[in-house]
Amino acid sequence: MGSNSHVGRRDLIKRAVALGLISVPTVGALSACASGGDDDNDGGAKGDKTDKNPLGVDKNAGLEVLMFDGGFGTKYVDDDATAYQKNFGKVKTSSTEKIQSKVQGRMAAGDPPDLINNSGDEAMDVPALITQQQLADLSPMLDAPSIDDPDKTVRETLRDGTVEMGQYGDEKVYRMNIAYSVFGLWYSQKLLDDNGWVYPKTWDDMLAICADAKKQNIAGFAYTGVYPQYLGFSMLPMIGKVGGREVLDAIDNLEPNAWKHDAVKGVMEAHYELYDKGYVLKNSPGKTHTDVQTDWTERRNCIFIPNGSWVENESKDTTEPDFEMTVSPSPNLDSSDAMPFETIWAQAGEPFIVPAKGKNSLGAMEFLRNMLSKKSAAGFTEMVSSLACVEGSEEGLQLGTGLTSAVGLLDGAGENFLNPRFPDWYPTPYREKIVFVWGDMMKGGIKPAEAIDKIQGIADETAQDDSITKYKH
Amino acid sequence: MTDEGRAATKVAVPGEAAGKPVPEKPRKAGFRNSPRYRTYLKYRFITGFLIVPLGLYAVFVISPFVQTFYYSLTDWTGVSSDFNMVGFENYSRLLDDSTFWAAVRNNLILALAVPFVTLTLGLFFAFMVTVGGRHRKGEAISGVRGAKLYKIVYFFPQALSIAVIAALWGYIFKPDVGLLDPVLPASLSPNGGWLADSKFALWAVMIVMCWAMVGFFVVLFSAAIGQIPKEIYESALLDGASRAATFFRITLPLIRDTVQTGWVYMGIMALGAESFAVVNIITQGPGGPDDSTMVLGVYLWNTGFGQLQAGRGAAMGVALFILTMILAVAALSVGRRRDRVEY
Repeated sequence: MGSNSHVGRRDLIKRAVALGLISVPTVGALSACASGGDDDNDGGAKGDKTDKNPLGVDKNAGLEVLMFDGGFGTKYVDDDATAYQKNFGKVKTSSTEKIQSKVQGRMAAGDPPDLINNSGDEAMDVPALITQQQLADLSPMLDAPSIDDPDKTVRETLRDGTVEMGQYGDEKVYRMNIAYSVFGLWYSQKLLDDNGWVYPKTWDDMLAICADAKKQNIAGFAYTGVYPQYLGFSMLPMIGKVGGREVLDAIDNLEPNAWKHDAVKGVMEAHYELYDKGYVLKNSPGKTHTDVQTDWTERRNCIFIPNGSWVENESKDTTEPDFEMTVSPSPNLDSSDAMPFETIWAQAGEPFIVPAKGKNSLGAMEFLRNMLSKKSAAGFTEMVSSLACVEGSEEGLQLGTGLTSAVGLLDGAGENFLNPRFPDWYPTPYREKIVFVWGDMMKGGIKPAEAIDKIQGIADETAQDDSITKYKH
Repeated sequence: MTDEGRAATKVAVPGEAAGKPVPEKPRKAGFRNSPRYRTYLKYRFITGFLIVPLGLYAVFVISPFVQTFYYSLTDWTGVSSDFNMVGFENYSRLLDDSTFWAAVRNNLILALAVPFVTLTLGLFFAFMVTVGGRHRKGEAISGVRGAKLYKIVYFFPQALSIAVIAALWGYIFKPDVGLLDPVLPASLSPNGGWLADSKFALWAVMIVMCWAMVGFFVVLFSAAIGQIPKEIYESALLDGASRAATFFRITLPLIRDTVQTGWVYMGIMALGAESFAVVNIITQGPGGPDDSTMVLGVYLWNTGFGQLQAGRGAAMGVALFILTMILAVAALSVGRRRDRVEY
């Protein structure tokens, strides 16, 4: 207002309004949570170690558990909470669909929940948390005696690759994945039987079935364009099968030109052929997993979808009893493939993390130890129709056709398990970039050669980005 | 205000502090008798009212701003309290980041196109419901038949949260089951729907944003048009002015200030909150396909909170802040009129 001593009421109000308006988006976008808080809290409460309390949990300390409220719900921990409370302190369970929004501020302030079910679309970036030393190593829990058999450690009761899924480049274990998923191509056995088709063991057979189905207006293949990471459930294990484990390891290790391997090329060209010949369900590029699963189970207008073993539970509302949901490994490309048809990608999922700066980290680990008992794991399988990571926990349970076939694959695979780590070692480049290149290719936006160049570029960028922690097999 | 405060303010007044004599009233020297005292009283009066809001503003708006600038120079992750100063590294990374530039480009398109379409539609509808109708007996101006109903109906989207609106439109754009799929010709209906195609996705975002905001401007402009004296319209009518002439020669010039404010408001919504919500809810990725709908708000969120790169996110926040300021200042200063018509 300078030399003019009159403050016009209109001017004042107008300027105030203008200033206020400008601040509207910036407040939302910029509001930064203040950093600070105490960082000295080291795992919190401790008690005396006994046979019944091998981790030395403070019996009086309370425990706070934050659950992700997703496909599995949160009820499956209720029994674990009751069991824990019998011997130890009070358990306070809460749940959210947005883990990160609930946790990030509390972590920055040094006051996180003791146990977090870090799952869902808004899961916290685990590699970043490890780099920041925010997570506790769960090895003490894994090396403690298991609940069912004191002569066996918890580690020894788990399925193949479960512990590995919590490791990031060294022996420490930062995530405990309690579910166990089998990935592959899912289909209705009834649909195959009705048409006299046999599940294809090679890609030529796959194309033959698709061609036959096209005549009846059934799409051979459908994918989830909105969340194209589902394509990985078919692409990644197939790459491993065609070229061997080393190809996947090279990809995980961010080696130069790892994606330019002939196995990658062959698999991506094979998938592109599905698009090129018109075998992909129309509008797949705009569909979510639930859209596709509804098309698949209810309209029955597509045969094969790449998916994981949670799909049976997730789509149970639209699945008729006669559907006979089944999973098989992706077909081999041809007879020169490095690994047999039975090779599968099976992986522990549904991660729990224990923040390093929680008030009762030992209590959280004791809680996990209890969740990994056979009884609790079987309860999980019964309640949410997913396998648990505890070996043999499904025995004696009444499983659906899908889960039964998944168990069959586990038994049939022998030593031929694959476990590509790129998706969880480098979640951002994978989930936000690479899978969308696949999606683009599957709708004909780009050719396989170009897609490979793009993906290699993303991998190279990741390798060069020093703000991303790197891991190696 | 306390005595100390008063003393401090007193010293701060230029001229007085230098001990300059006051010429008008030489007999009674001293600040109390200087003409500046009135100015001082006026400011003190205003400050008295504003001190609480200004304090809140400083704590909740200014201080986060300053903090954000500070954090943008660090490698803070947002999950722990230790971080290092990295200078302008976050900014130099942004300059090489193609997604960032895609977000800037899309934000600029949104900030120009969405206000233009929304305000044009808002003006048109407001004119029609207040002035554009047939002339009835004894009324110089009137809206089209059913104007009152239209006003209410146009305002409906305002009563819904933007999240609900975006989710509704998400279903409309959905292939196979959406409303749009059956009515569009094949050339306008790509495989997977609009949101799956990089040529159409940003259009979809714009349609949702315009739809959500038009009603607000219909109400705002209707009120502004209602303030224009009827006599002006009557004389235009006597001169035989057409509807179009009435609109461009009378209505638009007289509500120009409101339109300008509306433009700034809508531009800011398109840069910030509104685009963030719509893109986040309806698009693939979000921000896809192929960054075709990426906006700064979403990229900031993904980087700062999803990837735990709060420092880099803060740098994007600063970039968004600068972009918003430039557009707001430009919109407010372009075509500022000195000869205001008072009525």
